[in-house]
Amino acid sequence: MSMLLEIDNLDVDFLTRRGTINAAKDVSLQVTAGEVLGLVGESGAGKSTIGNAIIDLLESPGEVSGGSIRFQGEELRGKNEDEMRRIRGDRIGMIFQDPQTSLNPLLRIGEQLVETILKTKRIGQSEAQKSAIELLESVGITEARARLKSYPHQFSGGMRQRVVIALALAGDPDLIIADEPTTALDVSVQAQILDLIRGLCKSRNLGVIIVTHDIGVIANIADRVAVMFRGNIVETGEVAQILGNPQHEYTKSLIAAVPRADKRLHRFASVDYIDGTGDQSSAGLQRIDINTHWLGKKSQLQLTAAQSSEASAIEVKDLSLAFKLQGAILKRNRRMLQAVDKVSFAIAQGEAFGLVGESGSGKSTVARLIAGLHKPDSGSVEIIGQNVLGNQKDPLVKAARLNLQMIFQDPYSSLNGRLRVLDIVAEPIRFYKQSDNEKHTRQLVHDLLDHVGLGGSAALRYPHEFSGGQRQRISIARALASRPRILICDEPTSALDVSIQAQILNLLKDLQDELGLTLLFISHDLPVIRQMCDRVAVMRNGAICEIATTEDLFNSPQHEYSQHLLELMPRMDVIGG
Amino acid sequence: MIAAFITVVCILATMFAPWIAPFDPFDPAQISLWDGKLPPSWVEGGQPQYLLGTDNQGRDMLSTILYGGRLSILVGLAAVCMGMVLGVTLGVLSGYFGGLTDTIIMRIADIQLTIPGILLAILINGIGRTVLPLDMREDFAIFVVIFAIGLSDWPQFARVARGATLVESQKEYVQAAKVIGLPQRLIILRHVLPNTLRPVLVIATIGLALAVIAEATLSFLGQGIPPTTPSLGTLIRVGNEYLFSGLWWITLFPAIALVVLVFAVNLLGDWMRDALNPKLR
Repeated sequence: MSMLLEIDNLDVDFLTRRGTINAAKDVSLQVTAGEVLGLVGESGAGKSTIGNAIIDLLESPGEVSGGSIRFQGEELRGKNEDEMRRIRGDRIGMIFQDPQTSLNPLLRIGEQLVETILKTKRIGQSEAQKSAIELLESVGITEARARLKSYPHQFSGGMRQRVVIALALAGDPDLIIADEPTTALDVSVQAQILDLIRGLCKSRNLGVIIVTHDIGVIANIADRVAVMFRGNIVETGEVAQILGNPQHEYTKSLIAAVPRADKRLHRFASVDYIDGTGDQSSAGLQRIDINTHWLGKKSQLQLTAAQSSEASAIEVKDLSLAFKLQGAILKRNRRMLQAVDKVSFAIAQGEAFGLVGESGSGKSTVARLIAGLHKPDSGSVEIIGQNVLGNQKDPLVKAARLNLQMIFQDPYSSLNGRLRVLDIVAEPIRFYKQSDNEKHTRQLVHDLLDHVGLGGSAALRYPHEFSGGQRQRISIARALASRPRILICDEPTSALDVSIQAQILNLLKDLQDELGLTLLFISHDLPVIRQMCDRVAVMRNGAICEIATTEDLFNSPQHEYSQHLLELMPRMDVIGG
Repeated sequence: MIAAFITVVCILATMFAPWIAPFDPFDPAQISLWDGKLPPSWVEGGQPQYLLGTDNQGRDMLSTILYGGRLSILVGLAAVCMGMVLGVTLGVLSGYFGGLTDTIIMRIADIQLTIPGILLAILINGIGRTVLPLDMREDFAIFVVIFAIGLSDWPQFARVARGATLVESQKEYVQAAKVIGLPQRLIILRHVLPNTLRPVLVIATIGLALAVIAEATLSFLGQGIPPTTPSLGTLIRVGNEYLFSGLWWITLFPAIALVVLVFAVNLLGDWMRDALNPKLR
C-alpha cells in the first residue's frame, strides 16, 4: 500500500478584519490508493477548507500558513498556478456538491467531456470521443453514445452527478476529492451515487476523500473516517471503530445526536459538547406547570373555541389542491399539478402526527392548507371541531385558527431581519392584547425566550446575530406566544446540523410534554419521524399511501412505497452498534 | 466617498445660498442693467465682484447658479419623493396581492413606459398649466413641474418595489405573520414594506439625478419654471440665446454646475448600491 496523499500539520488561516481565523489547525491526514477516507464534521468545522487547500482552490482571504501537503511524494505547497492546474484535472479529480451548477448548461455533455479529455491527454478528437463514451459507461449511463449529444438539463439530478464524476475521471486521476457529493440529491439517488463512487475507487485503485456532514453517508461508503471539529481533527480511525466505539467526546455526542431508526428514545442523549450552545433547555430550566403558567391560560377568544375538548385537534377530509403550471383561456390547454389529492386524516389532541415523503410529495402543501396559507379546491379542514374554511372574518373561525401555529423550515427567512427579537416574539401578544401592559409583555417575552433555551438577553438583539439553531428557537418562541394548542412543524430541522437538530427536537418534545401540544410534524427524514411521532402518514404524489402508528410502520410497512422508503433509509446501525 | 462629499457640498451650498451668495438675484436693488453681460472676473473687462460674470439682466452668475441649483435640487427631491411614494405604494400592493390588481397596475406602468418620460412630463405640465387659472400659473409653476416629473417617474419605482415584494412575501416570516392572524394592512406595513426599501433607495438616488435633468430639460424648453425665477435649466436657456454673441459664460457655468451635480448624485447612487448589497460586503 503506497501512500497517495500525506498531509502533515496543515494550518489554514483566513485573514479578516477582525483578526485571523484558523480554519484548520494542525491537521494531519493520509490517504492510500484504493481507500475511501471520510472527512466528517458539522458546518464550519473546516472540512471543505481542507479539500480546497489540497488543490489550492482556497477562496481569497484564506491561505495555507503552515504544514505540508505531499501528493505521491511530491510537495504541493509552493507550486505555481500552472503546475497546480496540471495536477488538478490530471492527477486529482474533484466532484462538487451541486450537480445543477457544476456543468455548463450551454454545452453538450459530449463537448464538455471531450474538451476535458483533450486537455489532459495527447490524443485525437475521435479517440477522445471514444474514451468519453467509455467514461460515461463506466459511471453507469446507458446508451452513452446517444447521450453525448444531450444537454445537462436533459439529465436528472442523479444522472448529472454521474456526468460530473465522469468529468472528474477524465484525466485518469489517482485521487478524487468529493465535496458533499450527494447532499443535493434524494435518498434513493444518493445510495446509487455512493455505490458508484465506492465501486470506482476499488476498480481503479483510486484514493477518495469524501467530505460530508452526514454520518449515514460515511457509514455507507468510507473505509476510514476523520472527524473534524472547529478546524481540528479530533479522531481518525476505521469506520466501524469510530461509529461503534468513539473515543473522543465530540465524536460521541455527534453520533448520539443522529436520530436512530431502530428504536425510539425518550429524548436524544445530551449533546452539550459543542461549547456555548449547550443543551440548556433540559438542564437549567424549571418545568412549566401548565395549570398556573401564562402559557396555560387561555384568552377569551380561544376559550370560545375550546368548548369541544373531545373533538380531534385537526381533522382533514378529502383535501385537494391543484397548482396551475400553465394558464390558458381554454380549459384543455391548462396544465395543472395535483399537489394534494383527496387527503384525509385526523389528529387527536395531544398526539404527535408525522407526515413523511420525498421532495414534491405535497406534504408541505398539506401543512399550508391547514394553516390557511393556501385555499383548497375541495375538501374540509376542521381545527378542534370548527370548520375553518368558511368566512375568515367569522369570530369562531378566527378563534379556532388562534389555536394553531406553524414553525418553518428555513431559519434564515422565517424571521423579519428588521425587527428586534423582542418585537418579533411580542407581535402576537401585542396584537391580541394578551398582556396587561408593555412591562408585562416584555416579561412574557423574556419568559418565552427562557423556555426555548435562549435567555432573556436575546430580546434586544436582531435575528442576524443568531445561528440557525438559535433562530429556530426564536421561531418556536414566536409560535408559542399565541398560546397555541397545535403546532405544525414543517421540516423544522432539515437546515440544521445534527447536533443542533437533536437539541431542537428535544426542545419540541419537552414543550409537547409540558404544554400538552398537538404536533403535526413534517419531514423527509424517517429516523427523525420515528423519534418524534406517535402516528405517521406516508405521502407520495399528493396522496396518502399509508397511515399507521410509528411502531407498525417501521416494523411492518404495508404499502409498497413505504417499504421502498424504509429500505433506502441510510442505516447507521448496520455498521455501528 | 468623494461622490458623497461633492453631493453634500452641492446640497449645502445651494441650501445656504442666501447666506453664501454674494448677491440676491431676487432683489432688484442689487441688479443693475449697466452691469449686464459682464464676463468672468479673470477675463478682460470682468469685474472682481462678479466672479463668474453676469447674465443679460445684470445678475451675478455665481449667485444665480446657487439659487438656481437650490431650486433644481428642491424640484428634483420633491419629484423623486412623489414618484417614490406613488410607485412604491402601487408596486407593493401589486406584488403582494398579485392577480388582477397586479395585472392592472403593471400594465398601466408598461403603457406609461412606452412613452418617453420627458414627453410625458411636457404633456402633464401642459395640461396642468391649462387647467390652472391665469393668475395662479406663475406661483404654481413649480408644483406643476414637480407633479409632472413625479408622475412620469413612478413606473420604475413600482417595478422595483413589486419585484422586491414578490421575493419578500414568499419568505417564511411573512407566512408566519399570516398564521399568527395579523391583518394584511399590518403585514404589509410592518413586514413587507421595510424589507423592500433597500433597492428602492438605490434607484431613488439615480432617480434624483434624472429628475434634476428632467427639470432642467423642461425649463430649457420653456415648459417649466418661468424665466424670471432662476433654475439651472432656465439659466442655460437664457445663455443659449447669447451663445453666438460670444457670451459663453452665461450658459457654460450653469451647464457645468448641472453636470457636476448629476454626476455626483449618480456616483452616490452607485456607491449606495454597493454599500447596501450584502453580497459585496
